[in-house]
Amino acid sequence: PAFGLFLFTIARDPLRIIILIAGAFFWLVSLLLSSLIWFIAVKASDPRDEPLQKGLLIFGVMFSVLLQEAFRFLYYKLLRKAIEGLVALSEDGCSPISIQQMAYVAGVGFGLMSGAFSMINLLADALGPGTVGIHGDSQLYFLTSAFMTMVLIFLHTFWGILFFHGCEHRRWWEITAVVVMHLAVSGSTFCNPLYVGSLVPSYLLMATAAVWAYQLSGGSAQNLRRFLLCKS
Amino acid sequence: MTELSAHLPQFQHGQLSENFPDNHLSNTNDNSERRRHDNNERRRNDNAESETNGQPQNNAQQVVEQDEEEDEELTLKYGAKHVIMLFVPVTLCMVVVVATIKSVSFYTRKDGQLIYTPFTEETETVGQRALNSILNAAIMISVIIVMTILLVVLYKYRCYKVIHGWLIISSLLLLFFFSFIYLGEVFKTYNVAMDYITVALMIWNFGVVGMICIHWKGPLRLQQAYLIMISALMALVFIKYLPEWTAWLILAVISVYDLVAVLCPKGPLRMLVETAQERNETLFPALIYSSTMVWLVNMAEEDPEAQRKASKNSTYDKQGSANQTGTEDAEADDGGFSREWQQQRDNRIGPIESTPESRAAVQALPSNSQTSEDPEERGVKLGLGDFIFYSVLVGKASATASGDWNTTLACFVAILIGLCLTLLLLAIFKKALPALPISITFGLVFYFATDNLVQPFMDQLAFHQFYI
Repeated sequence: PAFGLFLFTIARDPLRIIILIAGAFFWLVSLLLSSLIWFIAVKASDPRDEPLQKGLLIFGVMFSVLLQEAFRFLYYKLLRKAIEGLVALSEDGCSPISIQQMAYVAGVGFGLMSGAFSMINLLADALGPGTVGIHGDSQLYFLTSAFMTMVLIFLHTFWGILFFHGCEHRRWWEITAVVVMHLAVSGSTFCNPLYVGSLVPSYLLMATAAVWAYQLSGGSAQNLRRFLLCKS
Repeated sequence: MTELSAHLPQFQHGQLSENFPDNHLSNTNDNSERRRHDNNERRRNDNAESETNGQPQNNAQQVVEQDEEEDEELTLKYGAKHVIMLFVPVTLCMVVVVATIKSVSFYTRKDGQLIYTPFTEETETVGQRALNSILNAAIMISVIIVMTILLVVLYKYRCYKVIHGWLIISSLLLLFFFSFIYLGEVFKTYNVAMDYITVALMIWNFGVVGMICIHWKGPLRLQQAYLIMISALMALVFIKYLPEWTAWLILAVISVYDLVAVLCPKGPLRMLVETAQERNETLFPALIYSSTMVWLVNMAEEDPEAQRKASKNSTYDKQGSANQTGTEDAEADDGGFSREWQQQRDNRIGPIESTPESRAAVQALPSNSQTSEDPEERGVKLGLGDFIFYSVLVGKASATASGDWNTTLACFVAILIGLCLTLLLLAIFKKALPALPISITFGLVFYFATDNLVQPFMDQLAFHQFYI
């Protein structure tokens, strides 16, 4: 679905593609830095201590979430500057792309990159022979991974919109809400393989974020109804 | 090889001369843009002062301003479009290379090394391996430098025929011989039975159409497709025949060399471009991928570089050193030239990019009507050498990385962002810029970082099914 989003909404306009790739790049850099931190922590600790390793991993995940949000903020700053540049160079005084569109595209960029990194090795292995969960792990590994990835991609998209909106209107509580949501979702994945603990809250959060982002983007129940009933 | 490099300058000269009508146009455009800014300011002043009697003047000024503004705005809008027009072929080339590496095992088997890299990397100690790879890289780079200088010298002395012939031979070899090997390996991988007659027919058709497209006239898309295929073939050859550490070292050194050769006043590539400009000739089209077709005559020459590379590649099988370096040179040259040429063109015209439609339109027009062409219809050009090295980086990443697809993806995004930044710098500085350094640096950094740092992290996360 995320790829479909990309095809239908972004692939038309080259500027959006550039913003998308740049967003993916920012996410990648944040991942790089957070894995660097984790790597250093792991090397500095005892590799045989299982709970410690897991604890370090959890710490790494939390740190990575915070870094991702920090990079989202940095990306927002960069896009603000870019918009000013585009406005200055355009003929009718308004930029060819609005900040909301940029927010959406940036969110999709983040989401796609994180989804790709989460899933692609899984997909490559899925093509090969083997049985899922042969060692007593959950047999739904692939399925849940796919759903989790999808929900994360969508969440990134919505978080992008919410985050940029919060930065635009200086509503700090929106920004903190996004960060808290992100932490919550990542934290809920710690319950894996107890999937009910992670998938369900994630989907609920996604629905909440979706409604919120939709409202922020100027939509309403009326618009939705009109769209669904094909402009009746 | 010297003969071949002699051919190249001629082609490049040929290209530059064709740029000159564009240069004139770009001059006028630049002037108009400057005028536009002046007019804007003047307009405000005028409007403030003479509102009663200045109306017609203001209108005229406004019209002029609007034209200039439109030009500027269009250049920016097309700026993004042109970036995408370069993204697509680079992505395609990388996808082809990665797909081949992943599926056809021939290109990851070690079947020996090129004669340009005589030192083996299967040594006993790490130190010896490092030393060998440094020596290999040094040999390669020195051959490239020699070839580039030879190229410049030949270009200066107008040995065009030599370059033409050499490029034709190289493209012949590349189109026929390498694609034959490639096709054979693909068939072997998928266990497809094929008789020699069918293969001969297919290769013959492929090669002849390629030669025509590249050296003469042909549809734009087909020409671009052929250039991409040629770059992918060359990249595959490099990936196969260069040992590990040597390959990474060569990539790093080539980007440094590209930077030096293009930006230093005494750099060979820069001298080449300047000489070509003096003679009012165009650069070699064959070694440059252009997103649009701007000149009728240059269409045929679009492949001299490719041919050069091809010839280099093919010849290395038989002779080795000279050709290999020639190819390297070509690629390095291409990287420098294309940016340079493009920069010069952009300097006069403004960062305008052409569209395939405009290219086709230009094709239909007689050449002297090019000066009246819409400024937006300029093409962005990227040297085929850049394609090749980008693909080598991504292909090596996918072939040898422990992180596999993650690393490949990371390198891909890094290279695209580097390309974006380079094009941005192109628009800002309006000078010829080397396309390799930024992208290759990003790519290398991301490759090593992802392979060593991110991969263990992601493995652990995937194992516990945590999500970040």
